[in-house]
Amino acid sequence: MEFFTRHKRFWLIAPAVVYIGFFMGLPLLQMAYVSILERGTNGGVNWGSLSFDAYISFIFDRDLMDNLIINTDYLQIFLRSFELSALTTVLALILGFPTAFYIAMQPQSRRNMFIFLVTIPFWTNILVRNYAWMLLLRNGGLIDNLLNTIGLDTGGLDLLYTPYAVSIGLTYTYLPFMVLPIYASLEKLDHRLIEAAFDLGANKRKAMTRIILPLATPGIIAGSILVFIPCLGAYVTPELLGGGKFMMIANLIGSQFGAARNWPFGAALGFVLLALVLIAMMVYSLKFKKLPENAS
Amino acid sequence: MKLRSILLGASAFALLSLGAGAAKADGELFFYNWSNYFPPELFDKFEKETGIKVTLDVYDSNETMLAKLQAGASGYDIVVASDYMVDVMIKEKLATEFDAKSLENFKNVAKPHDTMKYDPDRKYSVTYLWGTTGFTYDSDVAKEKLDDSWKEFFEPRPEFQGKIGALNDEVEMYAAAAYYAGVDKCTEDPKEAQKILDILQKQKPYVAVYSSEGTIDRMAAKEVAMHMQWNGASHRTKESLPSAVFVYPREGLSFWSDHFIIPKGSPHFENAKTFINWMMQPENAAAASNYAGYMNAIKGSDAYLDESLKTDPAVNMPEKYADRLVPGKNCSEKARDLRNRVWTKLKS
Repeated sequence: MEFFTRHKRFWLIAPAVVYIGFFMGLPLLQMAYVSILERGTNGGVNWGSLSFDAYISFIFDRDLMDNLIINTDYLQIFLRSFELSALTTVLALILGFPTAFYIAMQPQSRRNMFIFLVTIPFWTNILVRNYAWMLLLRNGGLIDNLLNTIGLDTGGLDLLYTPYAVSIGLTYTYLPFMVLPIYASLEKLDHRLIEAAFDLGANKRKAMTRIILPLATPGIIAGSILVFIPCLGAYVTPELLGGGKFMMIANLIGSQFGAARNWPFGAALGFVLLALVLIAMMVYSLKFKKLPENAS
Repeated sequence: MKLRSILLGASAFALLSLGAGAAKADGELFFYNWSNYFPPELFDKFEKETGIKVTLDVYDSNETMLAKLQAGASGYDIVVASDYMVDVMIKEKLATEFDAKSLENFKNVAKPHDTMKYDPDRKYSVTYLWGTTGFTYDSDVAKEKLDDSWKEFFEPRPEFQGKIGALNDEVEMYAAAAYYAGVDKCTEDPKEAQKILDILQKQKPYVAVYSSEGTIDRMAAKEVAMHMQWNGASHRTKESLPSAVFVYPREGLSFWSDHFIIPKGSPHFENAKTFINWMMQPENAAAASNYAGYMNAIKGSDAYLDESLKTDPAVNMPEKYADRLVPGKNCSEKARDLRNRVWTKLKS
């Protein structure tokens, strides 16, 4: 008994560690292993025979003479995914911050109601929500009709099946992930600090930039990470709202396990993505760690 | 106290798993098929006649099914694989030999489906349905009757530009472009692959959407005016859009067949054989055709076919087009790599 109390913390955390180790660590290790195996002729892999071809083919191609030449196709798909994810994050921030701020300024009783409203989209499957957006965005759809009714002759909006449609869909999908963390950091905000700022002669803009924004920064960063990273893995939205015209990373990975029957390359792509995200996060957290020290 | 509850739990668990084991020995069948490709009411009929209850799971492409089986998924009793995938599954030892010719109803199988390139002795497979991949257009949109050529699809006339629906399927799209270019769809020559890429890239600005799902609705809603389609889907499009016309391009079009296979490790092997034998009865095969809009391979099923199916040239192919059909082919690794690179380039 005494043993358990002494190691209470350990025992409390053990189930989570075991769970993550088993359901995340093991598959990751397996994926790492698959990525350095030789591919099977008909898909699958040849267990036991190692090869680094998958990583080489991410950047290089073999030309007719069997020389290695740089191949930018995959890099381009990665670049596009990062661009679209960044755009989505910015859009989500522009929409999410005022929303979170507004909710945080409401009386306690109404806040819970608003938060409840923010989470409502999660009740519906993402696929269904994407189809709903197709109906909204398409030519002759609700938005197109609305614009025509108020006198803007769109002549067909031509918005569906474009990268913009993908970005709109992604922003909508991940907006709650931006609102909730920002709200969490604003909710704790001591209102007396804002009053003090006004008392000391700050105008509204100053109070926002000098007091509220810095205090909300952890929430903004958490929200941005929560939006940016799942966006990189978006699979359904580019297929449906983008009309399958261009791939994002997840579609590329999917096609490697599908029609291309090249598992090692699919696994390697997954790993490259993981590495890029990890590096970005490390740089980010190192930079962010320094900020408060400098500020204080 | 605690010990007792643990024991209780354990015995309950044991009982439950025993129960599950007993149910397994009974009439069950796990069926893995393409989505929207089997009439649900036929499952009820099968259960009524044989006492075997079918559980359905679905996939969207041959490759999805293959990847799942290769990743070690077991528990399926029957899967449906297209011609070239039958080859892969036999070579990868994912198919169980059940000697279809020994089944009572195999006598109903019409020629040439009693044999098949990748399974000549029908040891592993029986044809479920077969069809073609061409394209459908809305004749109300066309200013004149379109030529029966892939040119209309890859280099569309002004009235169809921006109103083209393509299948989001690298195997089908690559094959169609290869027919149009006049090169082998399993080519290993990068120069020929480049020709195919050029055709696809030139077409891309005119394509509204690449999607293999909802092709019927997209045509019916007039979201697109032309869609690369499987002939059964084209037949079903016609039900809501009577002006839809299916084209058999003269450069060639894919002729595919889908086959029942009993995968390795099937838990209900005998039930699977019962099912396959049952599906070779004319009225059951006809029910599948009526639902999916594709032809079956069973003699005597004509009597049970819907009139609309028999009279639709999209399904009941006019004899003169027979030499345009190109059968499915299992491409080499090198050819598949080229194909995937073309597809990736198209979408990068």
